[in-house]
Amino acid sequence: MSKYLITIGLETHVHLKTHTKMFCGCATEFGSEANTHVCPVCLGYPGALPVMNGEAIKQCVIAGLMLGCEINHYSTFDRKNYFYPDMCKDYQITQMEKPLCIGGGVTIDTPEGSRRVRIHHIHQEEDAGKIIHYARHSGVDFNRCGTPLMEIVSEPDLSSPDEAMAYLHNLRQILVYAGVSECNLEEGNMRSDVNISVRPEGQEELGIRAEIKNMNTFKGIYAALEYEIERQLYIVKKGGTITQETRRWDADLGETQSMRTKENAHDYRYFPEPDLVPVTLDKEMVEQWRAALPELPAARRERMVKEYGIPEYDAGVLADEKPNADFFEIAAKLCGEFKTLSNWFMTDVMCLLSESGKTITQCSLTPKSLAELVTLVKKGVINGPTAKELLPELFNDGLMPAKMVEERGLAQVSDSGALESFMNEVFEANEKSVADYLAGKKAAAGYLTGQVMKLSRGKADPKLVNKMIAEKFAGMGG
Amino acid sequence: MEDIATLTLAGALDGLKKKEFSSVELNQALVDSIDKKDGDLKAYLKMDPEYILKQAAESDQKRAAGDDSSLLGVPIAIKDLINVKGESCSCASRQLEKYNALYDATVAAKLRYAGAVFAGRTNMDEFAMGSSTENSAFQITRNPHNLECVPGGSSGGSAAAVAGGEAIAALGTDTGGSIRQPASFCGCVGMKPSYGRVSRYGVTAYASSLDQVGPMTKTVEDAAILLKELAGFDPHDGTTLDVKVPDYQAHLTGGMKGLKIGLPKEFYVDGSDPEVSQAVLKAVESCRAAGAEIVDVSLPHTEYAIAVYYILATAEASANLARFDGVRFGHRAESPKSVFDLYAQSRAEGFGTEVKRRIILGTYVLSSGYYDAYYGKAQKARTLIREDYTKAFEKCDVLMTPVSPTPAYKIGEASQDPLKMYLGDIFTVPANLAGICGISLPCGSTRGGLPVGLQILGPAFGEERILKTAYAFEQMQGA
Repeated sequence: MSKYLITIGLETHVHLKTHTKMFCGCATEFGSEANTHVCPVCLGYPGALPVMNGEAIKQCVIAGLMLGCEINHYSTFDRKNYFYPDMCKDYQITQMEKPLCIGGGVTIDTPEGSRRVRIHHIHQEEDAGKIIHYARHSGVDFNRCGTPLMEIVSEPDLSSPDEAMAYLHNLRQILVYAGVSECNLEEGNMRSDVNISVRPEGQEELGIRAEIKNMNTFKGIYAALEYEIERQLYIVKKGGTITQETRRWDADLGETQSMRTKENAHDYRYFPEPDLVPVTLDKEMVEQWRAALPELPAARRERMVKEYGIPEYDAGVLADEKPNADFFEIAAKLCGEFKTLSNWFMTDVMCLLSESGKTITQCSLTPKSLAELVTLVKKGVINGPTAKELLPELFNDGLMPAKMVEERGLAQVSDSGALESFMNEVFEANEKSVADYLAGKKAAAGYLTGQVMKLSRGKADPKLVNKMIAEKFAGMGG
Repeated sequence: MEDIATLTLAGALDGLKKKEFSSVELNQALVDSIDKKDGDLKAYLKMDPEYILKQAAESDQKRAAGDDSSLLGVPIAIKDLINVKGESCSCASRQLEKYNALYDATVAAKLRYAGAVFAGRTNMDEFAMGSSTENSAFQITRNPHNLECVPGGSSGGSAAAVAGGEAIAALGTDTGGSIRQPASFCGCVGMKPSYGRVSRYGVTAYASSLDQVGPMTKTVEDAAILLKELAGFDPHDGTTLDVKVPDYQAHLTGGMKGLKIGLPKEFYVDGSDPEVSQAVLKAVESCRAAGAEIVDVSLPHTEYAIAVYYILATAEASANLARFDGVRFGHRAESPKSVFDLYAQSRAEGFGTEVKRRIILGTYVLSSGYYDAYYGKAQKARTLIREDYTKAFEKCDVLMTPVSPTPAYKIGEASQDPLKMYLGDIFTVPANLAGICGISLPCGSTRGGLPVGLQILGPAFGEERILKTAYAFEQMQGA
């Protein structure tokens, strides 16, 4: 039986991080009451006209520069005509003829080594509203209508769901690093259409493709791709032919379903948007933007290794999400304890993040409070276990550790006089353990240390206690 | 005392300033005139005396308090596709029969700022599609010079109101001649500003790359006064240009001496009504006699203008009118079986024949497989037409042409033959395609007593020049 090759291309729609919509002054805020961020322009009132949001153009160009695209210094907008209730004008303003960015790519790691996935182009457009279905009717929330979107169209360079995931992960990372989008999947900031086809090995021409529309979770895309590959392979292996069509992913049923075939495909009747003049980008300005581009994730990993002397592994984990790396770097500068800080972040903090489902920007932990915590341990004011106990309150309630230590009297007891009396008390109450130790069972020292810690209500400096116990035994001839 | 309803805009402003009459008196006179005449003319779709007199009383109070805003207290009639907050804006369509504007168009806001009284909503061809105002879903407006004739279109209501003594001045819109042609048919002054001179924000769009708002008045001076208020850059309309607005009225001086008038030979060919050609050529002759130099020019791509216009305008219209689908805007069908059915039924019931014809035509020329042959080619031809005018204006200051090949025709005469009606736009559509400015003013009458218009065209943002020329001609006529 012959082998089959899989070809995948993605069209990824990303919400830009502007405060206002693409063609009007309405807020782009997510999660507001339905139909509160609307105006005559985004509601398509008769006579209303679009006005270009320059910030959106800039962000799209910055994304293009970060992805290595060529920038079109003369770019135009077009109308894409189709009837749908989530779009009041019944046409979408988008770019077809002359998009802002051409070419570029995203580098991914594959088992065969790293590879560049080419981008065909990036264009700018407006989002539609959101349809909400009720039992007997449907409603539309137009808050999202007119939100700036850029569509990043890849070449069909991907050959497995894993590669598609790697592409999306790296693309998302770069866009977040570029500061042009939150790429928040839950809020629908990043949605993808996938094109997929299969063909027998040795065949040059790509197989007939199906397009799966509008998926907003990576997990969903992965599952849809797996399902669709299997579906197409099943058909071609039986000698059947794939129908060129648009399909939708039903996450509940775990299958793709046909929406419309090629014969019923929309004729979008694109034509130049007469209400908007072409966008002309000054070459010098674009060069200024290029010069001010933020670091790419790979560059940041390298720099973090050099600057903080942390292991490559740590830098990789921290730089994976830009907000985490930003957090680390601010905290590192405040406390100067790079590796310790990195350990705290990668274990305890990340554990809290995953338990709570929050991101570092959503939780109440600040670089200042974590740096302070690390410093308190370093200075011996509190011990490690105490610090671990405090962390959740920093994380959840935004408390500051120094103040907590002071108010709750949590400072470590390093006063040897006080420790001496705890120790004597423990030695008197645990004659058997003392005898065991003297008889050669050195492990008994640990038990005795634990008892001293208990008496101090956890505040004793465990290192000091160990030392004092060892000295005491030495004095007893142990 | 003369009937103050027949005053010009300049005359009305003067009288108000000198306190010869109040705004309430002026507006009452207009309301009375409309009451008396509009039963025949049917120029207005809506006119609310109470609303008008309330605005008039307010403007009288303002004037008493020392306000001397440029249009304070003067009624201006508004074509029914310009949004004025709180007023109906039906576009003479069933689709928007019950629609009230929720915001002011920029031109409405400017009139409001200048203190004008919003006088009433004038009739038009549905969504500005037509040349006779017969395509209104609600009523047929009649020509004040002959009630059996059409007033022209699509701004036929505004033209009939101004020419018929039912308005001091009015706003119209011109996509392919919709201000100039009815002005010519009714015997008033109508001006289409250059594309980008006046904001389109709040003007229900027919063809976005061609539409312009302009004044319809009794005199050239009035057009100059009103244009100054309307013109200028608008942050809400990215197609307006940030070019200083001159004081047009202050430049209405001088005669014909030294002026170079171009006669495009393609506009003086057989096929026009001889009475129209004669009147226009006589006007040109009188300009020569007054010292103007007449030069022959050629606009070789004129013959493509009608085809180009009806491809580009309908293509844009097919998208602009898509929103009237019964979901958020437009008439909603009673019991649709599906969303598709809702669209189909609502649009079938809501739009008139001519609008449907143009939507279908526009949809066709943009369709996959036809785009290059129609829309793409038309865009190229448009560029050639624009270049024709650029070259012509290197040889002359202004162009003089007829406005329409015919004077006003009988109601019903042309409406059965859309193509014939389209060809009537031959002298006006090129200015829209080229984005230049043009003005139509009366230059004589036919033996049957119907007005004939003279069109003066100027380069983009050459409004000052054509107003000056038109004013000089008007002075000669009056003398």
